[in-house]
Amino acid sequence: MLRQVYDIVVVGGGPAGLAAAVSAKRNGIESILVLERDKELGGILNQCIHNGFGLHTFKEELTGPEYAGRFIAQLEEEKIEYKLNTMVMDISDEKVITAMNREDGMFEIEAKAVILAMGCRERSRGALNIPGYRPAGIYSAGTAQRLVNMEGYMPGREVVILGSGDIGLIMARRMTLEGAKVKVVAELLPYSGGLKRNIVQCLDDFGIPLKLSHTVVDIDGKERVEGITIAEVDENRKPIPGTEEHYTCDTLLLSCGLIPENEISRSLGVEMSPITSGPLVNECLETNVEGVFACGNVLHVHDLVDFVSEEAGAAGKHAAEYVKNGAKHQPSAAKDIPIVATEGARYTVPKTINPERMDEKHTVRFRVGDVYKNCYVSVYFGDKRVIHRKRPVVAPGEMEEVVLKKEELAAFPDLSQITVKIEEA
Amino acid sequence: MYDVIIIGAGVSGAASARELSRYKLNICVVEKEEDVCCGTSKANSAIAHAGFDAESGSLMAKLNVEGSQMMAELSRELDFPFKQNGSLVVCLHEEEMPNLKKLYERGIENGVKDLRIINRKELVELEPNISDEAVAALYAPTGGIVCPFGMNIAFAENAAQNGVEFKFDTEVSGFEKKDDAWIVKTNQGDFETRYIVNAAGVYADKFHNMVSEKKLHITPRRGDYCLLDRTTEGFVTHTIFQLPGKYGKGVLVTPTVHGNTLVGPTAIDIENKEGTNTTQEGIDELISKAGTTVKGLPIRQVITSFAGLRAHEDGHEFCIGEVEGAKGFIDCAGIESPGLTSAPAIGKMVAGIVRDLTGAEENPDFVGTRKGILDPKTLSNEERAALIKENPAYGNIICRCEMVTEGEIIDAINRPLGAKSLDGVKRRTRAGMGRCQAGFCSPRTIEILARERGVDPSEITKSGGNSKIIVGINKDRI
Amino acid sequence: METRELICIGCPMGCPLKVEMNGEEVSTVTGNTCKRGDDYARKEVTNPTRIVTSSVIVEGGSLAAVSVKTKEDIPKGKIFDIMKALKGVKVQAPVHIGDVIVSNVADTGVDIIATKNVN
Repeated sequence: MLRQVYDIVVVGGGPAGLAAAVSAKRNGIESILVLERDKELGGILNQCIHNGFGLHTFKEELTGPEYAGRFIAQLEEEKIEYKLNTMVMDISDEKVITAMNREDGMFEIEAKAVILAMGCRERSRGALNIPGYRPAGIYSAGTAQRLVNMEGYMPGREVVILGSGDIGLIMARRMTLEGAKVKVVAELLPYSGGLKRNIVQCLDDFGIPLKLSHTVVDIDGKERVEGITIAEVDENRKPIPGTEEHYTCDTLLLSCGLIPENEISRSLGVEMSPITSGPLVNECLETNVEGVFACGNVLHVHDLVDFVSEEAGAAGKHAAEYVKNGAKHQPSAAKDIPIVATEGARYTVPKTINPERMDEKHTVRFRVGDVYKNCYVSVYFGDKRVIHRKRPVVAPGEMEEVVLKKEELAAFPDLSQITVKIEEA
Repeated sequence: MYDVIIIGAGVSGAASARELSRYKLNICVVEKEEDVCCGTSKANSAIAHAGFDAESGSLMAKLNVEGSQMMAELSRELDFPFKQNGSLVVCLHEEEMPNLKKLYERGIENGVKDLRIINRKELVELEPNISDEAVAALYAPTGGIVCPFGMNIAFAENAAQNGVEFKFDTEVSGFEKKDDAWIVKTNQGDFETRYIVNAAGVYADKFHNMVSEKKLHITPRRGDYCLLDRTTEGFVTHTIFQLPGKYGKGVLVTPTVHGNTLVGPTAIDIENKEGTNTTQEGIDELISKAGTTVKGLPIRQVITSFAGLRAHEDGHEFCIGEVEGAKGFIDCAGIESPGLTSAPAIGKMVAGIVRDLTGAEENPDFVGTRKGILDPKTLSNEERAALIKENPAYGNIICRCEMVTEGEIIDAINRPLGAKSLDGVKRRTRAGMGRCQAGFCSPRTIEILARERGVDPSEITKSGGNSKIIVGINKDRI
Repeated sequence: METRELICIGCPMGCPLKVEMNGEEVSTVTGNTCKRGDDYARKEVTNPTRIVTSSVIVEGGSLAAVSVKTKEDIPKGKIFDIMKALKGVKVQAPVHIGDVIVSNVADTGVDIIATKNVN
């Protein structure tokens, strides 16, 4: 079997993989290989044909394919090698990658560092335990998005959407524009997980009702969906009898959450966060397996691709430093300090930070577990509050951030814990 | 004119067809769905029962034990997934030990081999995740797990290889007697035959009652199941039943041959013979009962829930034999659990009945072996590399969750009785069976199906009939 | 005086905005908690515009369809006219990002351009 050697192998050629590879190259690594399982680079951005990408990165509003196109162009400029239609089958703990495609067959690559950038998948109907029949016409919003936007096919005519995450909202508009009738969007939670802008421009613009605290309780139709019943849910998210409403339709789209695709990471022995379903990483975005880094939606699900690119850029840079300096990259006498998310904050990325190894500033990203109005985002070093930032509103659908500064951390030499929390006004 | 028309291409019909193809007979299987294995056979516990459950002396008990004993060799001959993982009936209350003993004695009487009662210590050694309440268990090392699709498809393909004709999308509406023959009326026209085998699952009573005054009644008994991701592989290694008693029947927790964990079934009697819809109550019941025999069941790893219908005959017995007053009409009815396990023996029994009635000679050209779809995961990396070199389609992964290649999908489509739909591909290759539930691979599988079958992608269905995936092209209605 | 009610899309706060109209003129905006709300409301009631995105069929290329968008904002009321104008549009590969697919679509003075390269 063919065996090659590369300094850095990037698993995944979506936005995270592209930005990581470009950054690694610009940080001095020549030997980089990107492995992509689809037939083109760009990942899920290729099917996100709507606009709104890139305001942070390029200071203009791009569509998904245009945003991907910019990074693909950078990859080509940097002459970074990549393989398409290539599936990574396994990564050993010695960082030997087994992969496969039509042309090369099965092959192995020895890598000095690996960047995990496999993205995420959508939660399926089965994982949601929605009762009813199992006919054709039930799609995850992303599958429908691919069919409509990339292949030009209509997956249905009359549509009910469960879940008001951004993909669901965006698909409500796309299906409407292409000639389908979207009858309702039902959301289990009392608030939408999507951006306000998407609710206004994708639903309100077209008079599509959004029913909060509602879920699908039955699916009709033996061969193709014939109808969907939704019902209101109580505070425990259980359907309330007597609130059922039936919609005649031929399609149910599901936009009920994304799950990082970490099967390879797990088999590699990477430690996972039960909250994010992504790897636990330090401030270098390095996992517990030395030389294995993670970024993008495989690490934690993002809502803005701009932050994916930024995070992936950091992963690429740290992987490059690891390759250049070997196992002792940025040796540090200081200990990694755990960052604990509590009281409203669900998790943080990174999970630990090293006050010596870190850059001058480090952005810690996190999500909240509920909607909080007029609250404070607070950070404690030990029991001393060092950040207390007023926020008019925070919501689970929008990622939050706090910036930790090296000089501030230096004032706490014996610090054993950093805490991030939401405090009421 | 056919010698035999078999109604139903489920596991009983397909097993009967395969066994009958050992004889010089002109055989046709008619099936109302677009594929084999579309009814009861596709949605069940996928268990090869050891045989201690059925009442001693019943036909059910006899065929169960026979089927169980045939399974290992048959799985090699016909190349379908089967594993003898052993089963455990767990007793959770000391006072129910006499019931466990009774079950043991019944098993011995039924001829189940190697059966024994084990104490808690041994039970915990076999299954570390067993409930803290478990006091003892009946251990049946001969119990197994099987791929129900794999077995059904293997029987049917082998039958087809040996000359049996299959007519799909062919729904029987009635019968007429014509001299010594039968006319089988269907939506695809009338077919004449000397013998009829009624292997119509939940509809077997309907057909039986058309030709007999001695009425049969079959209740569709719905069973809901939850299937957990392969990441749960190893949570249990044996099939774990709860000892039925005053605390209820419980649900089983079992590994599948493919490494998933299966939890189920409920038992809900319904009227609708097509009522395979799951219900909230059913799923809630499963989730509440699932943790009784095992602790820490990772139920959140559920990737799909589904329901199947058992063909429950009022007398809870297999009804196999020529129907009184309907010469040449052979019932194969009331085939509920342990029907899957019994299928090899049912096939033999049905074939024996027809042979005796017809006096048919053996078919000298009969080939009793069949090769399944090549699963590259069973090869070494070197063999796999060589395979891809020979046929690059084996290097192209289509289903990322189950790591199914284009080569396997093409094979599934182009072999005898090949897959025509997404579900057909799924049951043959597992593409779309994994954790994303076909979210990523269905557009690609549609493309391959359309290309291989030479049709437009809009013609491809999920499971035949009106189950279309694509209903038009963008903007066609604006 | 006419009153229009809107939800601000500036941030997740989603302020409920009230816009007092004097004919075609905006007299006051209330309900906003920042300047962005005021700007949004004035634009949205006087001249609401959107970018429209879709995809059209590509012939002879490596992909079946190419994604497209209006090069600039178009009046909100024109969205469906644009979709109608895109019905049946087919282009020949290769297509490059920025290529004009339909010029002056639905008489808006705005071109439809490709947002993806298809070879």
